[in-house]
Amino acid sequence: MTTATPLVALVGNPNAGKSALFNALTGARQKVGNYPGVTVERHSGRLALPDGRVVDLVDLPGAYSLDPSSPDERVTRDVVTGTQTGERLPDALVVVVDASNLDNHLRFTLQLIALGLPVVVALNMFDLAERDGLTLDPKKLSEELGVPVVPTVAVRRRGLEELKTLLGGIVDADAAIRLRPSNHAIGEDIVTLQRRARKIATAATVAEAPARRWGHAFDSVALHPVFGLVLLFVILFAMFQAVFFAGAAPADAIAAGFDWISGRVKDVMPDSVLRSLITDGMIAGVGAVVKFLPQILIMFFFILVLEASGYMVRAAFLMDRVMASVGLSGRAFIPLLSSFACAVPGIMSTRTIEDEKDRLTTILVAPLMTCSARLPVYTLVIGALIPNIKVLPFVGLQGLVMLGLYIMGVVGAFVVALVLRRTVTKGESSGFMMEMPKYQMPRLRDLAIGLWSRAEAFLKRAGTTIAFTTIVLWALLSFPKPPEGSPVSPVNYSVAGRIANAIEPAFRPIGFNRDIVLALIPAMAAREVAVAALGTVYAIDSASDQDEAKMAQTLHARWSLPTALAFLMWFVFAPQCISTIAVTRRETNGWTWPAFMVGYLFALAYIAAGAVYWAAIGLGL
Amino acid sequence: MDMSHPVKLPLSLESLPHRQVATVAAIDWAHLSTPEARRLRELGFDEGVGIEVLHRASLGRGPIACRIGRMTVALRRAVAGAIFVSPVTH
Repeated sequence: MTTATPLVALVGNPNAGKSALFNALTGARQKVGNYPGVTVERHSGRLALPDGRVVDLVDLPGAYSLDPSSPDERVTRDVVTGTQTGERLPDALVVVVDASNLDNHLRFTLQLIALGLPVVVALNMFDLAERDGLTLDPKKLSEELGVPVVPTVAVRRRGLEELKTLLGGIVDADAAIRLRPSNHAIGEDIVTLQRRARKIATAATVAEAPARRWGHAFDSVALHPVFGLVLLFVILFAMFQAVFFAGAAPADAIAAGFDWISGRVKDVMPDSVLRSLITDGMIAGVGAVVKFLPQILIMFFFILVLEASGYMVRAAFLMDRVMASVGLSGRAFIPLLSSFACAVPGIMSTRTIEDEKDRLTTILVAPLMTCSARLPVYTLVIGALIPNIKVLPFVGLQGLVMLGLYIMGVVGAFVVALVLRRTVTKGESSGFMMEMPKYQMPRLRDLAIGLWSRAEAFLKRAGTTIAFTTIVLWALLSFPKPPEGSPVSPVNYSVAGRIANAIEPAFRPIGFNRDIVLALIPAMAAREVAVAALGTVYAIDSASDQDEAKMAQTLHARWSLPTALAFLMWFVFAPQCISTIAVTRRETNGWTWPAFMVGYLFALAYIAAGAVYWAAIGLGL
Repeated sequence: MDMSHPVKLPLSLESLPHRQVATVAAIDWAHLSTPEARRLRELGFDEGVGIEVLHRASLGRGPIACRIGRMTVALRRAVAGAIFVSPVTH
């Protein structure tokens, strides 16, 4: 080993409490990155051993065996066998097992021990096992396995010092020659290994009461055909209330904050291209991204709580049948539902879907869920052009159209998923088969760490793409400047104006006029920008504030009803959101799938808008 | 004819009565896709292991949740149909 700091990998089955142990061992001193070439997160941190030495600790994705069935499991296998690019062979392994599920977790432990690396086993969630009526003998287990075993309770920080001491005993960074890991256990029949694991588990178990957990009692409500769905509905209702109501004020405050900064810059700088770049380009661009952060964080808070408490799998269980009817798994339900607030957290949370093709399909249809950014556009156009009449008592036409747009999105997503599953993402699926973890109280500290890493990921990785694109859009809308005294407005004179002129004929068949086409260009950054863009296009040129009523009047005067309906249909499908595209690139690890997504969504938007336009004309609207 | 030891017909996990404790008698691996079979093995499904059906999802033929060993596992009915069990009679 040439490196001074030894590397220790934390490895184990899913639901062994590995991440909690990692958080307890490393605290806030951890880094989240990505393994090269795959969308698998790499969590690493530093750990001080009792003897004063420092080791690098890496938390490997949970896996059931060394025979990988997902990209996550492949990374785990490649790291522990020393074949993962960007990661050296660990100097030691901490194998984390769930003390109340030894039968199952020891099989993977046996595979890992057979690799030949120094191993210490953390018999985690030892308290829960005791609560379950299991009495275990760690010493006996250690004898059977031939490696040190230490009982731990990661969430209560119990057993951590012993674990560190044992680790200090097996980590030897100065070992000049290390045997390459042997692979013989990888080939060993899983059934044989499983039987050996069961035998060892039985030997290490002193006493055992039948597995009766309070969780089962809760499950009879949570998984109940009627009450389970009611509970799910209540949880989701609370989640959306929080996102839309608690998220609105901070979002407005952030928008106001960026406006204020912009205003101060305008006060101190003379009007120039540079000032425009800073205020209209950079500050507005970054502000448009950051504004979504409160909503995204609230959404993620709920997703993390649902995940950490063990409820997420129950929700997936309840919804699996519905999702299976379009070729997805129950796991896709929460990500798709989250996309009603914003597709960004929705797409980021698809990482919990094990099956690669399920996951990809879910990512590709997530933008079809009507996100909150579409609302300002829908509200403006519906208010301006759909008559405010009652079709039934208490049922207004405007509300009905709004509901129709939401339903169009959901139906669209289901049809697209069905088609994708039979074409581009077809293939053998591992279906829906998963362990239902025990219910657990989420730890604030783990939630905070999870929330922080997601906020960072969104701002840093997606944010840079978004900020860059908004600056490009700003340039398109600002240059070239019209000559002094020109009757043409700056927007119309700009590159964007010229692009609009050039592509307008292509949009004429679907009822779009040049004004709309021009507004669509800046709205590529984010859908709700369309509202402000229409204001600019309709030469309320330097009007300080967009007067909603005035805008509505203008639209009413200039747009026909078929055009308005076509415009709404366009927004149901069109991928007008740079954040979503950037996040898709990040989550699919390349430009292929975002390009496919953008392509099919524009095609759908064009066809749907056209169909509605001509249908409306045909109906004489 | 000795009625206390009737010949047991293969009973699939899908049709195992709720909360009836059983052991896995056989698994029809040929009826499962490769990823399904692998994951099933990894979750500890093996002949002789104790099993019981805990919950059945609503909405038509939704998945079932069963206890296998000391673990609760959710699986779809098609997979449950390939797992044959013999009820433990006490």
